[in-house]
Amino acid sequence: MTLSWTVGEPIKDTKAPSGPIEERWDTRRFQAKLVNPANKRKLTVIVVGTGLAGGSAAATLGELGYKVKSFCYQDSPRRAHSIAAQGGINAAKNYRGDGDSIHRLFYDTVKGGDFRARESNVYRLAQVSVNIIDQAVAQGVPFAREYGGLLDTRSFGGAQVSRTFYARGQTGQQLLLGAYQALERQIAAGTVEMNTRHEMLELVVSDGRARGIVVRDLVTGEVETHLADAVVLATGGYGNVFFLSTNAKGCNTTAIWRAHRKGAMFANPCYTQIHPTCIPVSGEYQSKLTLMSESLRNDGRVWVPLRKGDDRVPADIPEDERDYYLERIYPAFGNLVPRDIASRAAKNVCDEGRGVGPGGLGVYLDFADAIARLGRGAVEKKYGNLFEMYERITGENPYETPMRIYPAVHYTMGGLWVDYDLQSTIPGLFVIGEANFSDHGANRLGASALMQGLADGYFVLPTTLGDYLAGAGGFGEVDEAEVAQAQAAVQEKIDRLLAVNGTRTADSYHRELGRLMWDYCGMERTDASLRKALERIPELREEFWNNVKVPGDDEGLNQALERAGRVADFFDLAELMCLDALHRTESCGGHFRAESQDADGEALRDDEHFAYVGAWEWSPEGPILHKEELEYEYVKMTQRSYK
Amino acid sequence: MSERATSTGKAGMNLTLKIWRQNGSSDRGRMVTYEVKDVSPDMSFLEMLDVLNERLTLEGDDPVAFDHDCREGICGMCGMVINGVAHGEQRATTTCQLHMRHFEDGATVTIEPWRAAPFPVVKDLVVDRSAFDRIIQAGGFISVPAGSAPDAHAVPVPKDDADAAFDAATCIGCGACVAACPNGSASLFTAAKITHLGLLPQGQPERASRAKAMVEQMDAEGFGGCTNTGECTAVCPKGIPLDAIARMNADYLKTASK
Repeated sequence: MTLSWTVGEPIKDTKAPSGPIEERWDTRRFQAKLVNPANKRKLTVIVVGTGLAGGSAAATLGELGYKVKSFCYQDSPRRAHSIAAQGGINAAKNYRGDGDSIHRLFYDTVKGGDFRARESNVYRLAQVSVNIIDQAVAQGVPFAREYGGLLDTRSFGGAQVSRTFYARGQTGQQLLLGAYQALERQIAAGTVEMNTRHEMLELVVSDGRARGIVVRDLVTGEVETHLADAVVLATGGYGNVFFLSTNAKGCNTTAIWRAHRKGAMFANPCYTQIHPTCIPVSGEYQSKLTLMSESLRNDGRVWVPLRKGDDRVPADIPEDERDYYLERIYPAFGNLVPRDIASRAAKNVCDEGRGVGPGGLGVYLDFADAIARLGRGAVEKKYGNLFEMYERITGENPYETPMRIYPAVHYTMGGLWVDYDLQSTIPGLFVIGEANFSDHGANRLGASALMQGLADGYFVLPTTLGDYLAGAGGFGEVDEAEVAQAQAAVQEKIDRLLAVNGTRTADSYHRELGRLMWDYCGMERTDASLRKALERIPELREEFWNNVKVPGDDEGLNQALERAGRVADFFDLAELMCLDALHRTESCGGHFRAESQDADGEALRDDEHFAYVGAWEWSPEGPILHKEELEYEYVKMTQRSYK
Repeated sequence: MSERATSTGKAGMNLTLKIWRQNGSSDRGRMVTYEVKDVSPDMSFLEMLDVLNERLTLEGDDPVAFDHDCREGICGMCGMVINGVAHGEQRATTTCQLHMRHFEDGATVTIEPWRAAPFPVVKDLVVDRSAFDRIIQAGGFISVPAGSAPDAHAVPVPKDDADAAFDAATCIGCGACVAACPNGSASLFTAAKITHLGLLPQGQPERASRAKAMVEQMDAEGFGGCTNTGECTAVCPKGIPLDAIARMNADYLKTASK
């Protein structure tokens, strides 16, 4: 049975000012009410998550003088998965004088997002991008530099200007440590109270406003409620719904899903980014996938054997029996086509039976030409750490034999719906970073995630949150019945999970759900595949709730219990993702509906019917779709072409 | 997702694991032996433990608690002493990046948590490393509130300094240095941050106060002193060089002599 859904009233962002796009953020900042410094000390803000968005937001709010309570499930705020971002961060500095500008970064982002993002937000992101680099450098982030002492940049992900700042292959790590250090400074100053190894399991809504959260102390097992004047969710993406992804093992949807169940709309859940260059799956025990930086495609050539089922080692396959398919299909961009296109092309050749490696789910990324042209030393200098990482995981030496790569789930563009102020449909609940539906439309450009997380946390939220808090003039006491109900709901779920005592582990259900999502709601979606998923997910969920085995009890550290709770929410989210994908019969960005492609097999948008954000409201009778129409005043909608 | 289990073609291995089990910080703890069969050489060390935990769960036993998150060698959350070596014998590798192809069929593998008084055991292989956060709180930052920064090109940084600062900044805060040190010293961790920030022009105004505050916090947490054994740098997954400690001492002495 397919989940039934209805269409509700349209939704609209009312916070972005009108007028010339270059002036909107300035106007909004001027309009935003200020909180008097003495009053800031009396206002408490909860920030959940300590990645680039949450870490920078908590630190900045602390600097401003608010009382901040920060939460993360890891043992230290420095562990958040932003740390794993490799490539770099975009900023419209135009230090190269190569024609970059705020307008160009804005334009590239709107186009790259396949015209499914809000113009005002994206323009602001491009404006703020320059401040992020200044901030990071001042904090001591050791970006790559030229011999003259100035910052180095590179071109990334098909951009024609060199606007990506980087710190070798560890840009995310360095930026996160910058935010983490700023956060620790505020913890020492007493403005931020840090709660590590605490997981948010419920949102407290009182009198229509977000006023707190229920968390589980993962060490003692205690369920606690924390109250505040506003709640900020910076809990990242939900790519782990696929079980295998490049996300950290702990990444989950619980915080945003619980908020969704309490009234926050969930926008564009089906927009998933599949990254083309990851190390393929090696066996059934596989616990996660590792990304190899996209920069490898600058010098590596992607190919598969011309002939189906050719199982010769790559060195034995002569040049004329190889298919460099990206260069063949996309002669202009070749191996540098955008992520979604490269991913789908890899899937297609593997579906034809020409994939390589275990299970035939891989394609070669070959550096032989680059080594011949540049010398091994030069290749090592550029990619040495990546080659080492590859060898450590696969046991194969990429200097001698081509790498094997395959696409993997990497990022989710969808998330909780927010207005220009980053406020969700629950007053007082703000959502930042990957957790919101963000500025990336249907496809995120490389090196833009770090930019958005830090823009939200350092610069946007601290302004807009002040406007909310100043306007309220005190929210009154939190309804005790709401607190009791939220806490009871959390305890009830824990008790229920522990009571089943069935015959399968939560991980085994998660794996099965992930496989199902990958097969039916992955790189290519069809009406039939999505209907099949929508039939199967509720069955599997029911089996989970009747047959899962969660060992131990709720007292003290119980990692299996933590995982089971997350899997339970992934089931519900998976269903909404499939429904969103089913209703959006067009292809756009990371969402490819096989029914909607042009004669060349490229994604075909349907702007007449789908130029909107699909924001879903939860209701007991089934999801309600609210459409936010997207208008393009500054960028003309065109069909992307990379041929 | 595939029928074939290994890319190296090596067959599955059987191993004897001796794992430290400790139910909370007040429990005395003990080594417990587990047999694992048919371990694929392509598995990571943590995937091997995942498989064991799935089995223990279904058998009604308590699965082994261990910290991990990114599983790509950068978050610093995982860490175990494997056969007596922090993160195992493979150099410059976190536990999550260690693969089973480096073990022999039939081998016995001992697995223990980081052992140091400032890192109390939470459960089994999970320890509390919050002392590291408090060392950073003491001064491991540059004080620059959001929005107050000058243009990024206002101060050029010589490339060599930037590169050396980066090398120190790659520390992942895993704590292997402490686990490996016979004195339980956190000098390499502390020195890495002092070196990173002290090499940059932006870090100069607070350079002396930073070194003093961080070293004093390190001592207050109960970490031991450094006697230059170099065990820390040998196990460091990021290869933080030992001379960072000399730099920390130099910065510290400058403040002490004032």
